[in-house]
Amino acid sequence: MSNTTRPVHTAPTFAQSVWLVSNREITARLRSKSFLIATGILLLISVASVVVGSLLSQNESLTKVAVVGTAISVVEQTEAFDIVESDTVKEAEALVRDGTVDAAVVPSDGADSLLGITVIGLDSTPSEVLGTLSVSPDLKILEPASQDGFLAYLVAIGFGIIFLMSATTFGATIAQSVVEEKQTRIVEILMSTISVRALLAGKVLGNSLMAFGQIVAIGLLVSVGLAVTGQRVLLADVGPAIVWFAAFFAFGFVLLAALYAATASMVSRQEDVGSATSPVLFLVMIPYFLVVFFNDNPLVLAIMSYVPFSAPVGMPVRIFLGQAEWWEPVLSLIVLVLSTMVVILIGSRIYSNALLRMGARVSLREALHR
Amino acid sequence: MLDIRGVTKSYGTREVLTDVSFTVGDGCMTGFVGANGAGKTTTMRIILGVLSPDEGTVLIDSVPVTASDRRRFGYMPEERGLYPKMKVAEQLVYLARLHGLSPASARRNTADLLERLGLTERAGDTVESLSLGNQQRAQIAAALVHDPEFLVLDEPFSGLDPLAVEVVMSVLAGYAAQGAPVLFSSHQLDIVERLCDDLVIIADGEIRANGSGEALREQHSSPRFEIRTEGDTGWIRSQPGITVIDFDGDFAVFEAETDAASQAVLRHAITLGAVQTFSQQRPSLATIFKEVIA
Repeated sequence: MSNTTRPVHTAPTFAQSVWLVSNREITARLRSKSFLIATGILLLISVASVVVGSLLSQNESLTKVAVVGTAISVVEQTEAFDIVESDTVKEAEALVRDGTVDAAVVPSDGADSLLGITVIGLDSTPSEVLGTLSVSPDLKILEPASQDGFLAYLVAIGFGIIFLMSATTFGATIAQSVVEEKQTRIVEILMSTISVRALLAGKVLGNSLMAFGQIVAIGLLVSVGLAVTGQRVLLADVGPAIVWFAAFFAFGFVLLAALYAATASMVSRQEDVGSATSPVLFLVMIPYFLVVFFNDNPLVLAIMSYVPFSAPVGMPVRIFLGQAEWWEPVLSLIVLVLSTMVVILIGSRIYSNALLRMGARVSLREALHR
Repeated sequence: MLDIRGVTKSYGTREVLTDVSFTVGDGCMTGFVGANGAGKTTTMRIILGVLSPDEGTVLIDSVPVTASDRRRFGYMPEERGLYPKMKVAEQLVYLARLHGLSPASARRNTADLLERLGLTERAGDTVESLSLGNQQRAQIAAALVHDPEFLVLDEPFSGLDPLAVEVVMSVLAGYAAQGAPVLFSSHQLDIVERLCDDLVIIADGEIRANGSGEALREQHSSPRFEIRTEGDTGWIRSQPGITVIDFDGDFAVFEAETDAASQAVLRHAITLGAVQTFSQQRPSLATIFKEVIA
């Protein structure tokens, strides 16, 4: 290997460096048992929640009623009952007594009966049966809720939990990987080889891809789960919200990842990562708690859906509830992308200033200076 | 040729490097010697571009170093670090790829180096599972895996057993023999003495001495001579221009005012009988070091 025969290697471009770094991050993640187990559990929980939901809804089977004679025409119209035909009123009453049916519907004796039927209950008024068979006045609701309140609550919390879990898992991962490089001092070799920006970009990209992959996997599993368990109606409602959630998450996580990397770079030991990144954790927790407590408050949701940290949860919930105009998610996404860019600039400044400072925690002022 | 010119660096109000200038010649093993905190690591980080100097430049063949030039450097930082949970070979391939090697040549260089450093059997082990000595070898491999044209190594021998020291010394000497400038720091002055062509001595952020080891010895050698003869050497005391420092029958150490005076002693000794040794006392590196930084 004299000077003349020494191979000349062309320097990789910025993009190539970023790609190499992010590949390493992804491989390291996939090799880590704790990561695989955590992901498995998260996916399992998502599938389980869909399956359990479907089982619960199937339990709402049709009410069984015994029907005698001409009453059948009235009962069949409602399509709301599991009908057991009986020959006599006596027989029907016996079925009610032994609990085979919840109620019996028989033709009325009196000629002045409006509907021409009598409902027979065991020990209390079978209000469900009565309600279905009653004649109601015309009804007009001025502002109909597009979604059932309890379902909206579940969906809101679902988005909140998934965002919280993914963001904190991958945020902590990226923070640890920054400090690992700093603590083992391999960062000196890396800094002498590629630019600090490429290093940061690669780390953020690699971990964001993993986090996004996880979100997409959860979204697909839940969608497939809803379709398979026959909850197509729900899928049609939640589907668009899931797609928007994924889009918001993609950018929202990059923002958080840059913050996690920057704050972690200010400390030198794994023990200090927790306290250094706690302000970011706080930012992640806020949307979760807001959505748990205020998911029925349109004003809070509207504000949430524009604040960059909470938009990934706030906007999809509003979309699901039908509260958002078509342009609102687009505008909010633009706000999010712009703030992500600003945060990356500030974050990379902190990162490159703090990376070589070992020992005591670097103060934010020092990290931002020079 | 690597040329460090007028480099000054301060942390806050504390100046850690003051007008540091020296060169590392092609094919030259240059030892960088100084006490803890003298500024060796800071200087090396500046050469590698990990830190930027307040003033001064680093030149390669009279041209300022650019970021892409720095990929041609092999660097071993003072505090060792590789990814603890990554396999040795994968890690080396990764570092080589970051330096711009193709996947094939990265793998080839890795296999090659592990072989030379006796780590082939550990290629698939994670770094954290290696013994300290083997971690150190892996670290050296990390500095060499991308065919660097310049080597800057901070304490490459610390923590190595004597056998490993020999292996690493021969690898580094091989690099220098192929024409690469090699700069390394070490506290083990005996190794520096054996290995280095040139020496740079730094203290309190200033270069105190700099040049070929031979020239430094010349510069710092005292006018002291040793002589051992068959007979008694007491007669030397009465020689003109001579001061005897130590005397023990057939052995004497003396200082001569001039070269001629010392030669006169030798000539006279030969007329008296056989002279077994006659030599000028050469200062050890440790002596020069103490003298220079005092």
